[in-house]
Amino acid sequence: MKNLTTTLAALVIMSASSVFADGHKVKVGMITTLSGGGSGLGIDVRDGFMLAVKDNKNITVITKDDQRKPDIAVQLADKMIQSDKVDVLTGIIWSNLAMAVVPATVNQGKFYLSPNAGPSKLAGKGCHKNYFNVAWQNDNLHEAAGGYANSAGFKNSFILAPNYPAGKDALTGYKRFFKGKLAGEVYTKLGQKDYAAEIAQIRASGADSVFFFLPGGMGIGFMKQFSQSGIKLPVVGPAFSFDQGILKAVGDAALGVKNTSQWSKDINNAANKKFVSEFQKEFGRLPSLYASQGYDTGKLLISAMSKAKIKDMDKFRNELRKADFSSTRGKFSFDKNHHPIQDIYVREVIKEGKTLTNKIVSVGLKDHSNVYVSECNM
Amino acid sequence: MISEHFFNKWIWSLLLIIPICGLIFDEPYYITLATKVIILGIAGVGLNLALGYCGLISFGHAAFFGVGGYVTAIMSYHAINEEILFNWPFDIFGSSEMLIIWPFAIFISSFFSLIIGLLSLRTSGVYFIMITLAFAQMLYFFSISWPNYGGEDGLSIYMRNSLPMLNTMNPLTFYLISLSWLLTSIYISYKLINSPFGMAFQAVKQNEERVKSVGIETFKVKLLVFVVSGAITGLAGSLYTDLNRFVSPSVLDWQTSGEIMVFVILGGIARLYGPLVGAAFFIILEQTLGAYTENWQFWLGLILILEILYARTGIMGLFNKKKTI
Amino acid sequence: MTFILFFEQLLNGMQFGIMLFLMSAGLTLIFGVMGLINLAHGSFYMIGAFCAALIAGLTGSFWLALLASLIGAAIAGVLIEIIIIRRLYRRDHLDQVLATFALILLLSEGVRWIFGAFPLYLNIPNILNGSIPLFFDIIYSKYRLFIILIGFLIAAGLYLLITKTRLGIRIRAGQNDRQMISALGVDISKLYTIVFAIGAGLAGLAGAMIGAIQSVEVGMGEPILILAFVVIVIGGIGSIKGAFIGSILVGVTDTIGRVFLPNFLKIFMESANATSMGSSIGSMLIYILMALILIMKPSGLFGKN
Repeated sequence: MKNLTTTLAALVIMSASSVFADGHKVKVGMITTLSGGGSGLGIDVRDGFMLAVKDNKNITVITKDDQRKPDIAVQLADKMIQSDKVDVLTGIIWSNLAMAVVPATVNQGKFYLSPNAGPSKLAGKGCHKNYFNVAWQNDNLHEAAGGYANSAGFKNSFILAPNYPAGKDALTGYKRFFKGKLAGEVYTKLGQKDYAAEIAQIRASGADSVFFFLPGGMGIGFMKQFSQSGIKLPVVGPAFSFDQGILKAVGDAALGVKNTSQWSKDINNAANKKFVSEFQKEFGRLPSLYASQGYDTGKLLISAMSKAKIKDMDKFRNELRKADFSSTRGKFSFDKNHHPIQDIYVREVIKEGKTLTNKIVSVGLKDHSNVYVSECNM
Repeated sequence: MISEHFFNKWIWSLLLIIPICGLIFDEPYYITLATKVIILGIAGVGLNLALGYCGLISFGHAAFFGVGGYVTAIMSYHAINEEILFNWPFDIFGSSEMLIIWPFAIFISSFFSLIIGLLSLRTSGVYFIMITLAFAQMLYFFSISWPNYGGEDGLSIYMRNSLPMLNTMNPLTFYLISLSWLLTSIYISYKLINSPFGMAFQAVKQNEERVKSVGIETFKVKLLVFVVSGAITGLAGSLYTDLNRFVSPSVLDWQTSGEIMVFVILGGIARLYGPLVGAAFFIILEQTLGAYTENWQFWLGLILILEILYARTGIMGLFNKKKTI
Repeated sequence: MTFILFFEQLLNGMQFGIMLFLMSAGLTLIFGVMGLINLAHGSFYMIGAFCAALIAGLTGSFWLALLASLIGAAIAGVLIEIIIIRRLYRRDHLDQVLATFALILLLSEGVRWIFGAFPLYLNIPNILNGSIPLFFDIIYSKYRLFIILIGFLIAAGLYLLITKTRLGIRIRAGQNDRQMISALGVDISKLYTIVFAIGAGLAGLAGAMIGAIQSVEVGMGEPILILAFVVIVIGGIGSIKGAFIGSILVGVTDTIGRVFLPNFLKIFMESANATSMGSSIGSMLIYILMALILIMKPSGLFGKN
């Protein structure tokens, strides 16, 4: 343990030796997924972030592709900290990559602003003063789904998620708020695309509702097959399987499905309207929730920069903690463990003309934080 | 035409010059990158013994790379948390000393290669390629769904493991540690292939029936090569975990097996320095192409195909026409 | 666990197996006739699905899309065979593995370059939407029945092609003795191109049929490629019959194992652990099956020694 502290100290000294001519300038390293499977999410986060910082001359951004591989992400973080001497890292999409990069980054005296992943380990015991999550704690949207299930009167849910840590967190999050019984609880293989076997189990289980967390292509497959099966049960899930980038591929099978999200394109505030119209103008497509998270991350950074120099880390951190920016989500603040306190909405998939998109139907959880705050000693 | 011996000298001087350049220009990342090349090179040296010299085309060396990596991370994880690792048959504690971790990583990956080798070597040809792949896939899916050590999230150890008197977090120190292991593994390979045992396993590659007919039990020969090969690759996995201070199921992925194989073939099979040259070429391509375009994998694929179609003997063969064994 | 559920899962396993057969039939033919290990076979699966999504988007017809997947993937197969693959037949397995590995990178990234990073839309026609009752109160998806039917038709077609036609005779001759058949004046390189195109086309068709109920995205081919290799190795390389039986075996084992293992383990341990452990072993099951078969029969069920 002593060994660990001495080497940590050495690291901090090593990295603190980087000098900047102008205290107002900030160098940002963005590590995100730009190639291969899941690159749509990374591209959205990057585009949202770049849109937010477009007019700010004091921010330099270095963007690198992590290929969704944790070892590549770690090496890129090393490069950005050692060679490019960045002040802030951001961009990672996946929890497993975040777990690989974030602890080392914040221990080396750099800030990490998470635009997407929020694993429970980094919210509880592993929380850190230099780590800020601008999106959500991983459990949040699932908890809201559980809350919605109660208010919709579901009594007997069939729940499923892939057999990996984020999948287990998802089902735990749902069960934390859902008061009814479980008709079945199934862990699927990570990357599985065919759900015939699970759908047969749902049919046989006598459930009155289905909750699922199957990010990316997994969710597309499930929704299509579920709708084709002719089972008429209400489905609820987190926004990931019903967001802008993916809806087109799911098609009409998604119509009417309730999903939970901290953001929606129809949240009524000035910042959000500006974001949605500027994003459409700049990139020619509707923004997704990932883009909104990237955008808010950029705006948060700018808000702290206008009040403190990055060299003065304590002051800069305090400014970040205040979250004094107009978020696309409206009300937004950080809890003690630097994770958001925000409203989580229930959205419904609708059709606007020919385009599938979402509309808010109610507020699922108001001013929602996370259960790990008490475990965090900060 | 440059002799292979001369070419190898060039490689050695480069290995020494690169870190010095990294220091002079204050670009420690290049030292880290060079370390990665060396570690992947060690993995390739391991595979080259089986694949290049003995003709055992293993598509599952990610298994040993991953086992070495996981052993390292797990021991270190238990040391950080001051937990007991096993309490049967006697108490074993975790450790964050490389001097303790290395023998464990080597031993356990040899054990895995012994088991996998015993079962796989009953087959040959394409069946061997595929059964080794199957074993690696088993471990991959197991590591994803095994919750104790992070599953898909992987396992962070935050700090590199330590060696007495040295600061392993210093990029140059860790580079030199890896370099000495590269030297050792190449030396072991060199000694092995020039020993009587080495003659036997190289003969097996050429004509197994003939080797059998002179009374050598080829199964045992192949098994032993496979175990040594797995042990070296396992050691590389251990170093790779320390390089990243992190391990995850992606090291057990079939693409890892594919990449290690690519290093070996790209450099030139059955050449001592081939895997190192192959790894260096691959990483340099990845880095330079990645700097220019998002679609770098397209160009990487194209270059690799051209290389295979028109430079059949690997990169080292371009400089030296020694017939591959 | 009722009989009905069990039977339904058996059908699911069969449907999965049939899809694997479309992939592995081409793979095993290409290996048997040309001696080529083609890691890029999964890319044709992807190309077929993208062709189908493109045509479905333009014309709105699922049937035209299916046709497009078959033709598009076959054309891609012919081009790639002529430009790259035919230079690899005389090389050893190592070069083939490396070249086709590189081809995966090139094709995946190329498709992403053209179509973008987001999954595409492809859906089944209304006529196949929903389920129909079979016997004993079993309700089963019409589309999956359709897949099973198509799969059996293609299997039968392949059987006839190989046993009853001139092309089939040449293919079988090619499997037995490559030198001899070219010495007899058969245009060997044309034969190879045709076999490769058939393999690629079947893979493309499978990609489109599965893409319609799963998702059409870059990288969709690789997981199924690995499974197809498992299939042909279990069945014995080069044997169409082996590929068929191997496919069904793998499909059924995977489905049944995944569903029933967690329930089976609940007899011995508490529920949460059983679910987690059962899914873990379930995902390893086909590889365990493959290892067991190879240990007992080192050249697969129907392989020549």
